[in-house]
Amino acid sequence: MDSTAPVATAPPAPPALAPRRIYRHRLPVRVMHWINVICLTILLMSGLQIFNAHPALYWGQGSSFDKPWVSIGAAQSANGTVGVTRIAGRSFDTDGVLGVSKVNGERAVRGFPSWATIPGSQWLSMGRHWHFFFAWLFVINGLCYVGYALLSGHLGRDLLPTRDELRRIGSSIKDHLLFRHPTGEAAKRYNVLQNLAYLVVIFGLLPLVIVAGLAMSPRLDAVWPGWVELLGGRQSARTLHFLAAFGLLLFVVVHVAEVLVSGVWNHLRSMITGWYVLPADKVDNQGAKR
Amino acid sequence: MSAKRSIASGKGRAAPSRRQLLRGALAGVGAFSLAGCDRLSRNESVVDVLKSAQHLSQGAHKLVAGRKAMAQEFTQADVAAHFRSNGTLMPRDADYQALLKNGFADWKLEIGGLVEKPSAFTLAELRAMPSRTQITRHDCVEGWSSIGKWKGVPLAHLLEQVRPLANARYVLFRCADSMEDPAAGDSRYYESVDLDDAYHVQTVLAYDLNDQPLPVGNGAPLRARIERQLGYKHAKYVMKIELIESFDTLRGGNGGYWEDNGYEWYAGI
Repeated sequence: MDSTAPVATAPPAPPALAPRRIYRHRLPVRVMHWINVICLTILLMSGLQIFNAHPALYWGQGSSFDKPWVSIGAAQSANGTVGVTRIAGRSFDTDGVLGVSKVNGERAVRGFPSWATIPGSQWLSMGRHWHFFFAWLFVINGLCYVGYALLSGHLGRDLLPTRDELRRIGSSIKDHLLFRHPTGEAAKRYNVLQNLAYLVVIFGLLPLVIVAGLAMSPRLDAVWPGWVELLGGRQSARTLHFLAAFGLLLFVVVHVAEVLVSGVWNHLRSMITGWYVLPADKVDNQGAKR
Repeated sequence: MSAKRSIASGKGRAAPSRRQLLRGALAGVGAFSLAGCDRLSRNESVVDVLKSAQHLSQGAHKLVAGRKAMAQEFTQADVAAHFRSNGTLMPRDADYQALLKNGFADWKLEIGGLVEKPSAFTLAELRAMPSRTQITRHDCVEGWSSIGKWKGVPLAHLLEQVRPLANARYVLFRCADSMEDPAAGDSRYYESVDLDDAYHVQTVLAYDLNDQPLPVGNGAPLRARIERQLGYKHAKYVMKIELIESFDTLRGGNGGYWEDNGYEWYAGI
């Protein structure tokens, strides 16, 4: 601990190596980030509740009930009813999590398990209320973010990688695989893989999940009859909505994992207060930066 | 800008108290999203706030897809080999059973409420009226879709016959099928739509499905087609149509069977 370290023996740190704090995330970004966390969590979990009302996915306009490309359900086996997930004709035993799982201690047939859905019990109408309320909040927040990113220069300054960064993408991939995280000046900017991940999410997955969601509305399908076919039809839109949601979940998993391995408190603090401590440059015996 | 504000002597780590705060906040978020949402789902005022989104959705939908916007229509090739039936598949009610036994020869569609000229029409009379045939996609609130070919009389045509009064705001469909044990009280299905949907070109009272008389599983002898809304709005086994001013005197006061059970009255989403 700093306070108990013997003062006399502690070597004075060279000024260049002292941790530096930078104001990394501005207030609007921080507020919108946490609104996003709440919205995405509720949207994903209430979305799984809605999915559970008919736990199968199709491609096209209508449902080909006998041949969904994904279905989560129950099958009879020697051990009784077991949870089975079928993907493109192949069956997987997913008992306990998908198809059959415990609800209040009792085994029940349901798509996604109770701990992954809002509400926990099978309750489609309530899942829809949660989903549509937070969908509005999420879309309004997202539009505010895009507007802010464009007007404040956040997009050009922080999100778009430079040509030079794109050229060095290979070494960035290597650094990630070796869990080497940037320090000093390099840590002030998002790295190129981070840039690309954010751009794919902001301008790819998020618009897709929203448009595919809107395509499932029979009234919005009437805006311009036939537009839903651009997504392959209403059931394709439902599939794309589901896949995009899982793409977002994958992003969140990687995002949180990166935060965990590169200084969880530092990152959390910077997303709450704005202040981020630049990890000090490592210096080898010769005094050169590694 | 940010570099200028950095301070050289800043401590590298958050103070323990702040760390505890963060940990507490994380735990709070976790608890909120799991058990919390279940508790909130049983809180009436929270649910009212959540449900308020349907008014926003309806307003926005009306704005971008005008009152007369048409649902997509399909071709014969798109028609599903088997049109899925859902909800009631065979009404257990004795009065319906009697009508079914007689091939609906004694059935009449009554139209009343806030109209100048209450009327009743037999199935043969409805079939003799102008008709509309449309191949549309039926979207269930559960998530599946089925494409079918419907033939029926436009509701607008019937409304012209009975002439709604100026204060009529909704069209109510009263159905034959009890959703629970008929002995335990009135649980017959009912639904309602506003006049935009009632007068919409594609709103028909269908008596044929895929060129055959409507099967019992799909609502024989007559069902509503409300093409820009989800399946539960498409009342089956329609017995009586009423023009009404509000839902207040109806069973649960929400304008429909599923609406009384928590679903949105506006089912365009």
